[in-house]
Amino acid sequence: MANKTFIADVDRGIYDVINQEDHRFVADKGLTEDIIRDISREKNEPQWMLEYRLKSLEIYKSKPIPTWGADLSELDVENIVHYVRPNTDMKTSWDDVPDDIKETFERLGIPEAERKSLAGVGAQYDSEVVYHSLQAELTEQGVIYTDMDTAVKEYEEIVRKYFMTIITNRDHKFSALHGAVWSGGSFVYVPAGVKVELPLQSYFRLNAKGAGQFEHTLIIVEKGASLHFIEGCSAPKYSVQNLHAGAVELFVKEDAKLRYSTIENWSRNMYNLNTKRSAVDKNGKIEWVSGSFGSRVSMLYPMSILRGEGASSEFTGITFAAKGQYLDTGTKVLHAAPNTTSIVNSKSISKDGGHAFYRGLLRVTPNATNVKSTVNCESLMLDNRSKSDTVPIIEIGNDQVDIGHEAKIGRISDETIFYLMSRGIDEAEAKAMIVRGFVEPITKELPLEYAVELNNLITLELEGTIG
Amino acid sequence: MQIIKIENLKSQVEGQQILKGIDLTINKGEIHVIMGPNGAGKSTLANVLMGHPAHEVLEGTVDFLGKDLLDMKVDERAKAGLFLSFQYPQEVPGVTVENFLRTAKKEVSGIMPMMTQFNKDVKKQMADLNMDEKYLERYLNQGFSGGEKKKNEILQMSVLNPKLAILDETDSGLDIDAIRVVYETVQKLSNDNNGILVITHYNKILNYIKPDFVHVLVDGKIVRSGDITLAEEIERTGYEVFKAENAAKTV
Repeated sequence: MANKTFIADVDRGIYDVINQEDHRFVADKGLTEDIIRDISREKNEPQWMLEYRLKSLEIYKSKPIPTWGADLSELDVENIVHYVRPNTDMKTSWDDVPDDIKETFERLGIPEAERKSLAGVGAQYDSEVVYHSLQAELTEQGVIYTDMDTAVKEYEEIVRKYFMTIITNRDHKFSALHGAVWSGGSFVYVPAGVKVELPLQSYFRLNAKGAGQFEHTLIIVEKGASLHFIEGCSAPKYSVQNLHAGAVELFVKEDAKLRYSTIENWSRNMYNLNTKRSAVDKNGKIEWVSGSFGSRVSMLYPMSILRGEGASSEFTGITFAAKGQYLDTGTKVLHAAPNTTSIVNSKSISKDGGHAFYRGLLRVTPNATNVKSTVNCESLMLDNRSKSDTVPIIEIGNDQVDIGHEAKIGRISDETIFYLMSRGIDEAEAKAMIVRGFVEPITKELPLEYAVELNNLITLELEGTIG
Repeated sequence: MQIIKIENLKSQVEGQQILKGIDLTINKGEIHVIMGPNGAGKSTLANVLMGHPAHEVLEGTVDFLGKDLLDMKVDERAKAGLFLSFQYPQEVPGVTVENFLRTAKKEVSGIMPMMTQFNKDVKKQMADLNMDEKYLERYLNQGFSGGEKKKNEILQMSVLNPKLAILDETDSGLDIDAIRVVYETVQKLSNDNNGILVITHYNKILNYIKPDFVHVLVDGKIVRSGDITLAEEIERTGYEVFKAENAAKTV
């Protein structure tokens, strides 16, 4: 494969439009209209998008910081401009990337050029060959797969119809912020009846400017179509800006099926405040496979809105909280139509004082009769210092429902470790085996190479070589 | 040729002394049976030798093939050739029997076994134990009946080919057919290069396995050693007479 990577180039990012002498915005503590206009102008966006951004900014300024869940008091929102427009004086170089992250890249076998790209110090990692062959096949089927910035211009009508409709700028402070400053992300449109056979992997993880911070993912799977979309990777994303407020909007039409898989591994300074939602029409199905690793704080609750009769959702999630991490994750399911079904399987692991908090919401509207739902949460704590909580909220609007809920919290057992060790397996590997077995229901849902990545990642987490 | 030499082994668990000076030597090609009443310390001896972390060794030495066994970690003991068939095998969800067996084989032998050959060999060993091949795909011991768990222990013994296998109450919880299959397999696995230590309080196993030595363990000590006739004596008299003998000695 041709290597067109320019490692020496520093990717300054699209927000980096001011020159070094101009400290106008840096001096201004808040996020201003001027900044938003600059972003939009830089992207050459249609007027409606600019207006949406400006409206979002207004809402952002009026909304309070959430006080439930994670402690966000150390997140410097007054100086949010620093997150949005990186300081040009802030030279990012490979030397500044923390050693633990470098080592993790090494251990995961990520190629040199890709490492630098992931660490945000390389230029674009070139995956053109893969990209084009995939693209040709998809185009033939009428599938649109591009980045969001391009989609706004080239597929404006589709984007306008769906963009920020199930996640809106009024939902919470960070969705408003997202509406104002979003950039990058993936756009997928699958026409009616088209079944995309191979999982579509977000290669944009490697080359979208500004991706990994305020990216917007928009996927529309039309009637009777199906898609498996995979986003993210196990390599830790390193960024000196430590706020991530992305958004994922998934539209699953009648009889359509979408599986959306992510493995996220954020650097340990990150506040990951991501919002993900899916709207599912009649007899449609959404499947979430979600792995949350890394970050200092995460608040992530992918939501399924089952709005068509017979719609269904399946959520399979794994969260791993190690030292110094507070991961508040879970899922929300809204049963808003009759005969809808949902399955939730959530697993969490905490070690070295990490805190894994499962927060789930299951809501059944009064008209949604004959609903079936199963919620299953399991937590595994690897030592006495770690914490785990489970708060599953269930709100039922009618009595014709069948809902099952089970929660288990446990510690890794010394007897089991002894048993495995008595077969020649050393202590670290015995623990890793138990943990890998614990998450096996999730890994088996992933394509092989991702399952391998996930297992490697768990081994690294257990060794404590990350962070 | 000596495999293990235990001298004056004393141990405690949660502050309570259990083993009060065990002496036992097992040579290659020998099958030993330890019998004794409940609470005598039979399982404790097995656990102490394997290195269970809850048990603290107070005194004594254990030489295992020229090495200080008590100085080794649990996995090192296994790599050196020690095996324990657990009285209560642990369930490990998400880890298949096949994957577990291969991993263990790799760790103990130092070589990752070839998948197809390994699979073939294991299936043959399972057939000998009357075990359904489907168990290879099952999660380790999860949802197994008591009998299947014990057969799975002997399957592991068969795969790992240890120098010394300790069978801790492998007969408990088994029906008579399973006991026969298990001990006949163990008898077959016995050879001139290994040693076997069977812990039991069920002397009917002597119908299936032929020990060279029988020991009676009472109150943390081996109070009498002999040949198979000792087992016959226990069958007639029970353990009370041995307890009384021991009490008299202690006083």
